[in-house]
Amino acid sequence: MVEVVCHIVMLMLIVSFGAAFVRVVIGPSLPDRVVALDITATIVVALILTHCVQTGSAYYIPAAISIALLSFVGTVALALYIRKGGAS
Amino acid sequence: MIREIMVSLFLLMGGILSLIAVAGVLRMPDIFTRMHAATKVGTVGVSSITIGLMIHFGSITVISRGILVIAFFLLTAPVAAHMIARAAYRSGVSLWILTRIDEWKTHGEIEQDED
Repeated sequence: MVEVVCHIVMLMLIVSFGAAFVRVVIGPSLPDRVVALDITATIVVALILTHCVQTGSAYYIPAAISIALLSFVGTVALALYIRKGGAS
Repeated sequence: MIREIMVSLFLLMGGILSLIAVAGVLRMPDIFTRMHAATKVGTVGVSSITIGLMIHFGSITVISRGILVIAFFLLTAPVAAHMIARAAYRSGVSLWILTRIDEWKTHGEIEQDED
C-alpha cells in the first residue's frame, strides 16, 4: 500500500514543482521569484524524503538536510540582494 | 498494517499540503499573500512527510535525522519569509489593490539602512 501511495505523492509533488516553476517564470517582480524558488527547494526536499520511503533506503536524508540548508542560505542572500536595491 | 496506514496518511497529507501551497502561490494576488501560503503550508507539508518517513523506518538514526529536518525547517522558514517580506516592502513592491490596512505606512517610520 505504501508503494502506491508513494507513487501518488510523487505525482502530486511533481505537479507542484511544475506549477511553482510557472510562478518563477511569470512572477512580476524579483521577490515573487525568490518565494517560488524557496517553495521549489521545499518540494525537492519532500521528493527526496518520499523517495527514501519508496526505496527503503535512508541514505538520502543528509542530502535533503543539505538542500534545505542551501535553500535557506540562498533565500537570505537573495533577500539581502533585493534590500540593497539590486532588483531595480 | 496500522503502521502502513499511518505512513500513507502522513505522506498523502504532505502531498496535498504541497498542492495547496502551490495553488496559493499561483493564485494569490499579492506577494505577501503568496508568501503566506508558501511558507506555512510548505513547511507543514515537509514536516508531515518527514513524520511519515520516521514512522516507516522506526530506527533511531532515521528518527533523529527526521527531527533534525523538522527543526531546521521550523527554524529557518519564518526567518527567510520575514527577510523576503521586509526586502520586498522596502524595495517598493505594490500591495494588493484591496489591501485595507498598511500599518507600516501609517504607524511605523522606515528607519534608515545602516549601510
